[in-house]
Amino acid sequence: MSSEQKILSTDGIPLEESLKQAEKKNKIKAFLLVTPLLLFLIITYIIPIADMFSRSIDDKMVTNMLPKTYKAMEQWDGKELPPEEVFEAFYLDYKILVENKTAGKLQTQLNYEKNGFKSVLKKLARKQKKFEEGNYKEQIMKVHKRWKNVDYWRAIKRRAPAYTYSKYLKGVDMYSNEDGKIVQVSEDRRIHRILWSRTLEVAFFVTLFCFLMAYPIAHLLATLPMKYSNLLMICVLLPFWTSLLVRTASWMILLQQQGLVNDFFVWIGLVADDNRPEMMYNKTGTYVAMTQILLPFMVLPLYSVMKTISPSLMRAGKSLGATPGVAFFKIYFPLTIPGIGAGCLLVFILAIGYYITPALVGGASGTLISNQIAYHMKSTLDWSFASAMGLMLLTGVLVIYWIYNKLVGVDNIKLG
Amino acid sequence: MSKKEDFVKFDKVDKSYDGRVLVVKDLNLDIEEGEFVTMLGPSGSGKTTCLMMLAGFETPTNGEIYLDKNPISNIPPHKRGIGMVFQNYALFPHMTVFENLAFPLRVRKIPKDDIDKKVEKALSMVSLSGFGNRMPGQLSGGQQQRVAVARALVFDPSVVLMDEPLGALDKNLRESMQYEIKHIHESIGVTVVYVTHDQGEALTMSNRIAVFNDGKVQQLSSPDKLYEEPVNSFVAEFIGENNTFAGEISDISNGSCKVKLDKGEIIANPISVKSVGEKTTVSIRPERALINPKDKMDNNQKGIIEEVIYHGDHTRVRLNLLGNSEFILKVPNSSQNLDIKLGNEINIGWNSHDARALDPK
Repeated sequence: MSSEQKILSTDGIPLEESLKQAEKKNKIKAFLLVTPLLLFLIITYIIPIADMFSRSIDDKMVTNMLPKTYKAMEQWDGKELPPEEVFEAFYLDYKILVENKTAGKLQTQLNYEKNGFKSVLKKLARKQKKFEEGNYKEQIMKVHKRWKNVDYWRAIKRRAPAYTYSKYLKGVDMYSNEDGKIVQVSEDRRIHRILWSRTLEVAFFVTLFCFLMAYPIAHLLATLPMKYSNLLMICVLLPFWTSLLVRTASWMILLQQQGLVNDFFVWIGLVADDNRPEMMYNKTGTYVAMTQILLPFMVLPLYSVMKTISPSLMRAGKSLGATPGVAFFKIYFPLTIPGIGAGCLLVFILAIGYYITPALVGGASGTLISNQIAYHMKSTLDWSFASAMGLMLLTGVLVIYWIYNKLVGVDNIKLG
Repeated sequence: MSKKEDFVKFDKVDKSYDGRVLVVKDLNLDIEEGEFVTMLGPSGSGKTTCLMMLAGFETPTNGEIYLDKNPISNIPPHKRGIGMVFQNYALFPHMTVFENLAFPLRVRKIPKDDIDKKVEKALSMVSLSGFGNRMPGQLSGGQQQRVAVARALVFDPSVVLMDEPLGALDKNLRESMQYEIKHIHESIGVTVVYVTHDQGEALTMSNRIAVFNDGKVQQLSSPDKLYEEPVNSFVAEFIGENNTFAGEISDISNGSCKVKLDKGEIIANPISVKSVGEKTTVSIRPERALINPKDKMDNNQKGIIEEVIYHGDHTRVRLNLLGNSEFILKVPNSSQNLDIKLGNEINIGWNSHDARALDPK
């Protein structure tokens, strides 16, 4: 507009302001309506993720347990054995921990840093009661010869910072060594990278299988007359309503070596009775069960998109001279892309974090990264590592979403 | 170029979807090359089914359809070379207007230069030049309709089918599109088979109209004949307005008959009645009945005005005449000195030739 003059309402108030006032009430109402959901999201989603993040980088525990030691270590360059003050400070810190019966945590934490630390510390806990005042360096070194090894002291020093990214390095089978360089762990211990790639592979193939199976089903659902399509829809949704555990357990019954599928194969003579294939406790089992379980997540978005495609479009294509195949690939298929996008994204993201099914039917070669996370949550109690891997998984999903957005465009996705 | 008389031929075609009800019964229909034939009828009368059989999306249960003397029942739709305009346009929403029009040419592997030329020509034919890069969603209903027409014509099909193509447009647009389609048909001389339930549309556009009811063609003739000389009471009722009297033939001779009504008697033109005692429905077009006729007419009756509705160019008058209280008259606005007032008694006259004694309803 050329003129800067403000438009006034009949009362003489600038129009913009009176509009704001008029809409203020509505805005507040709208905000109050979404507040419960907002709070719910913050409490159940944002806060846990923030907590996970702080947990994954938090390394204050050791720092807080050995305050005097780390103060004394500030001057130490880490090249040779630390001076007497460090030994004395460590003795004093450790004594408090032993008296408070919290030394176990320190033992576990330092053992993560350097293998064999636990036994050394336990021995020290027993022996230090008889320590005399003064010259702690010699007394400690006498308890176990490893105390003379500078590596163990360096391990303690590495835990000095209150924050660390070492858990993330561990998640991709790397660590920062004594010199502070980031290196790979020895080849026989690189399990996480195998798990990551297997997780991606399983998620990819499960998505592919789901797509191949769901497309014809969804097409049938969208084109059948109402009474048949309702029945088919129930067939698709019925497993969806059944408990996940029940479905996984029924796959175990079907797929085990003495299971129904194998019995059937033997009966029709496909395999010999003494040579039944293993279809469970490996990747096959994971593929089969996960594809079945995630299938509805592919069918439903595809169906909702296909339902909106008018059958006259295919007819138009054919009447214009396109063979059924050409009409399908030039007309029908491009129009279903939003549904394919939504279904694939949904299935892939669900599959990448899948836990129960691989845990039950996956065996050793069919477990995924989420099983490893659960293992650290439940068995090793290394929650910070579990948090780090959980966040890496989340970041991975976000990255995939981003790539996906670049390729397909989120605007083109239709979830229903 | 001599026109082929039976370019499209339906020969004894039956169609049933469920094996119990015949949707189309013993349909025989010949369509001349270059003709504009409309299938007109109420919904469920089988007209769209006929169109779909011609297009190849439905197969006749019995009988055969011939296109240029060749039976086409076993030819799949994409090989028939028949253009089709759908009710909801069926434009491909993911393609531009240009791509939509180029689609039938591309699947026919026509060289790119020719495609450009043909598409440009087709677009200018429907006065949409310069719209090639728009998506169908960015066009108005009328423009989409014109794209659909252009797409059905761009590959020079011998026959174009149109399935209620104007049903979704508003009244004014529908009327202008009617003329536009008619002009396109006249200029390129393609054979058009058009389906509609709107009689106005059918009368405006067609060379011939096939009135469908109950799976059968009730009458196939030119629009004026259809209106002036309906052969049965369904056609008389369906096309235009109509006053009817139900009665019984009391006398029949020399091309006229007497029909005895509950109250009184009228002289009529026997169309589908042959003998005394037959039941009949007599049909008279509202404009054929005159008030206070100056000329001598063989039917003269008195009626009482029950309702007067002003319509601008004419006035509709509802009378109670011979026991029929639904008798409608159309009085042109130019008529003066007429005493059209509620409750007045007036003289009504019509020629027996215009009172057609048809089959009873």
